[in-house]
Amino acid sequence: MSSTSIGLDIKGTAMSSAYAIERSTPTSRVAAIMALVLVAGLIAAPWWAGRANLRLLGEIYTFVALSSLWNLLAGYTGLVSVGQQAFVGLGGYTLFGLTIFTGVPPLVAVALAGVIGGAGALLLAPLLFRLQGAYFAIGTWVAAEVFRLSFAQVAALGGGSGTSLPTAIVVSIAADRSLREGLIYWSALALTLVALGFVIALLRSRTGLALTAIRDSEIASESCGINIAWTKILVYVATAAISTMVGALIFLQKLRISPEAAFSVNDWTAFVIFIVVIGGIGTIEGPLVGTLVFFALRETLANLGTTYLLILGAVAIVVMLKAPKGLWGVVADRFGIALVPIRRQVKTR
Amino acid sequence: MDWVNAIAQGILLGGLYALFAAGLSLIFGVMRLVNIAHGDLIVAAAYLALTIVQITGLHPFAAAIIVVPLMALFGYILQRLLLNPTLGKDFLSPLLVTFGLSVILQNGLLAGFTADSRRLSAGAIETASFDIMPGLTLGALPLLMFVVAVAVIAGLEVIFSRTSLGRAFRATSDDAEIAQLMALDHHHVYGLAMALSAGIVAIAGIFLAIRTNFDPASGPARLIFGFEAVIIGGLGNLWGTLAGGVVLGVSQTLGAQISPGWQLLAGHLVFFLVLGLRPRGLFPRMD
Repeated sequence: MSSTSIGLDIKGTAMSSAYAIERSTPTSRVAAIMALVLVAGLIAAPWWAGRANLRLLGEIYTFVALSSLWNLLAGYTGLVSVGQQAFVGLGGYTLFGLTIFTGVPPLVAVALAGVIGGAGALLLAPLLFRLQGAYFAIGTWVAAEVFRLSFAQVAALGGGSGTSLPTAIVVSIAADRSLREGLIYWSALALTLVALGFVIALLRSRTGLALTAIRDSEIASESCGINIAWTKILVYVATAAISTMVGALIFLQKLRISPEAAFSVNDWTAFVIFIVVIGGIGTIEGPLVGTLVFFALRETLANLGTTYLLILGAVAIVVMLKAPKGLWGVVADRFGIALVPIRRQVKTR
Repeated sequence: MDWVNAIAQGILLGGLYALFAAGLSLIFGVMRLVNIAHGDLIVAAAYLALTIVQITGLHPFAAAIIVVPLMALFGYILQRLLLNPTLGKDFLSPLLVTFGLSVILQNGLLAGFTADSRRLSAGAIETASFDIMPGLTLGALPLLMFVVAVAVIAGLEVIFSRTSLGRAFRATSDDAEIAQLMALDHHHVYGLAMALSAGIVAIAGIFLAIRTNFDPASGPARLIFGFEAVIIGGLGNLWGTLAGGVVLGVSQTLGAQISPGWQLLAGHLVFFLVLGLRPRGLFPRMD
């Protein structure tokens, strides 16, 4: 790597008078400012939004986080998992287990869930990474099933029928109801910003460059000295850790857990996959667009019940066949915009 | 004696898992496609059999004469319309399209048949059994399932090694472009492979419907059992898949012998054990 950067430096000094290498674009600078304004507005939401809207926003955040993380796995790392519910559920059960048995404060338990999720992924990775491509996908599903069946055996957490978070623990966050809901809301917002920040920072780092290289050609990138296995394990473990924290927060919002709900493939993987596919796989903006579309559809079509899922599945298939880069891919290709630029561009001065 | 009995039942159960797995293995072999909707197709075939039995009053086994061709036709159309356009680029698009198909099938069945669990009655054969020795009794139905599984796998082996269709499968699997130069339309060949897979799915679906209760959400577990049988047995080896199904079946019945909650868990853990110790499966194909 060092020799290439020296080469760039020499060229850089020779050309510095005429060219500059830039990452941000006018669009991205405007987008960044608007994002800051938006985040400021969302931080203030407990003062302007009603209780129901606050809950809805919290739910939207968790899906933004989960889908961005899944997109990092599938769209950038080539690790298609249909077993992310393993970590969401593990997070939920970690929250319940730690708070009920050890008396850890709930929000601390959410943070600890990240450590446990990362450790779990580190243990699973050597086994799962023996499976290639689509078989890896089903392997992750089996792992999630093992988690589900195992937690269903834990009688102290309600076994197969599940349990509720005791009132004393809920009140320990804050005695005042609106303050408590505010705290949970801000935690969800903060965690989602962490997830998004992680994805963006990773993609802009050397590892991100390595990921792009691996995606384009595994053989070529390996010959450039990229350690493919470690790069993939790193992304898998980090993604799992954050997903587990998100899972803990989801069940802190729900206050009730059961193996079926915690390890639901529909809720934590199917919806997430549809969001990413519809929004645009392999783009940072895709999961955000997809989540908005998903919630817009859900709020308008929810009373259709199973038909809603039929429509969602059909839309995802059509998008996959006709516009594999999703809604955001279509927009970005047509107008050439990137709200979160990853690429560097050479500009004339 | 309980343990011997559990092992014997597990071996026979393995036949059903091999039936789940054979279609999965076949299409992966021909076109490197992993069909996430495979289990849901099995359940859809079970509902189709149920509907046909209700309408015509046929015996479930006789209904196979209608269910198998219908499923095969559906498989062919599915491949030509939905799956062929996704093949060739990477594994992501076929994976996601079959995932979408899985959700559509589950919710379509839910809308059409409600969430009530159903069962197909096959009459006297369900209770018929053979006493092998004191304490060991084998049911006629599990025995029949096992025999059919062996016959299906033997049939697939014959098709692959002896027929021109099998040659077309192997040629397309080795190199679809060169096969096309030899005047093989690989889209058609893939369609035929999926039709054959869906035909086996139909047989598996009828046996599933007779053996256990099923509901629209039963599909994913069948996919996972089939997948585990394929991986335990070794990719690309059909007899290995049968052995993988048997290993999985025996693990489950032995697990159930320990505690009912351990039935499925034991199967999954044995799968991970094999993956850890023999990543290419117990009987990998000689390459």
